[in-house]
Amino acid sequence: MSAIQTIPINWYLLLSAVLFSIGILGVLFRRNAIIIFMSIELMLNAVNLLLVAFSTYLSDSKGQVFVFFIMAVAAAEVAVGLAILMSVYRNSKSTDINILSKLKG
Amino acid sequence: MTTYLFYFLSFLAIMFALMVVLSKNPIHSVLYLVLTFFAIAGHYVLLNAQFLAAVHIIVYAGAIMVLFLFVIMLLNLNKDTEPHKSLWLKGSAAVASGSLLVILVGSLRGAEQIIASNPYSNSIGLIENLGQTLFKDFLLPFEVASILLLGAMVGAVMLGKKSIK
Repeated sequence: MSAIQTIPINWYLLLSAVLFSIGILGVLFRRNAIIIFMSIELMLNAVNLLLVAFSTYLSDSKGQVFVFFIMAVAAAEVAVGLAILMSVYRNSKSTDINILSKLKG
Repeated sequence: MTTYLFYFLSFLAIMFALMVVLSKNPIHSVLYLVLTFFAIAGHYVLLNAQFLAAVHIIVYAGAIMVLFLFVIMLLNLNKDTEPHKSLWLKGSAAVASGSLLVILVGSLRGAEQIIASNPYSNSIGLIENLGQTLFKDFLLPFEVASILLLGAMVGAVMLGKKSIK
């Protein structure tokens, strides 16, 4: 049982585009910085899904190796981002993203 | 059969992703995001990338989401008191992401005409092939990724300290 014989790659393109747009919607829609981080994770996963789909359809394992690197970068990004968020919360008692507009000076 | 499975997993992924964005409680958002990741892992299995599906569940649902949940509980954000954007901003956010979707779908048309240069193989996603590629073609990026993780760890510890002297 494999997806490649029955499902055209267009559907995976469409699914990834929809997931990526939902991630963009989350970044624009919410003010809680943690939800914005989660939306960024959603966008990374949309790209991962497309990389795996193309890797399978082209029979090339390099695409799947790239997904590993994206996972490593995502883990690093989440660790540092949540640490920054903790220090922002410690200073302002809020995770509202509008607090950070005082960085404009 | 496979087609119905694809429909089912896609429906689950899109619905849970929308619930991540739209649910009021951050804890619910995290749990819906875990379910989205499980649906995406199902897609990986459907695409013959079994090892990647396992790693995806372990890393995302097991490590990253636990980190999110830990921070939310540490900051005591588990109540729906967060301020919301104005209706005008929400509407424009929906319009912007919808137009991005239209642009993405329009620009990705024609991608089905790609031709595989390698013969079709069932074992692309198995750990043997992935390890061969990772340690032959991508050895230097692999080592650089370890330096990146070390740097991220040092940075997270430094940012998490109470006061930086």
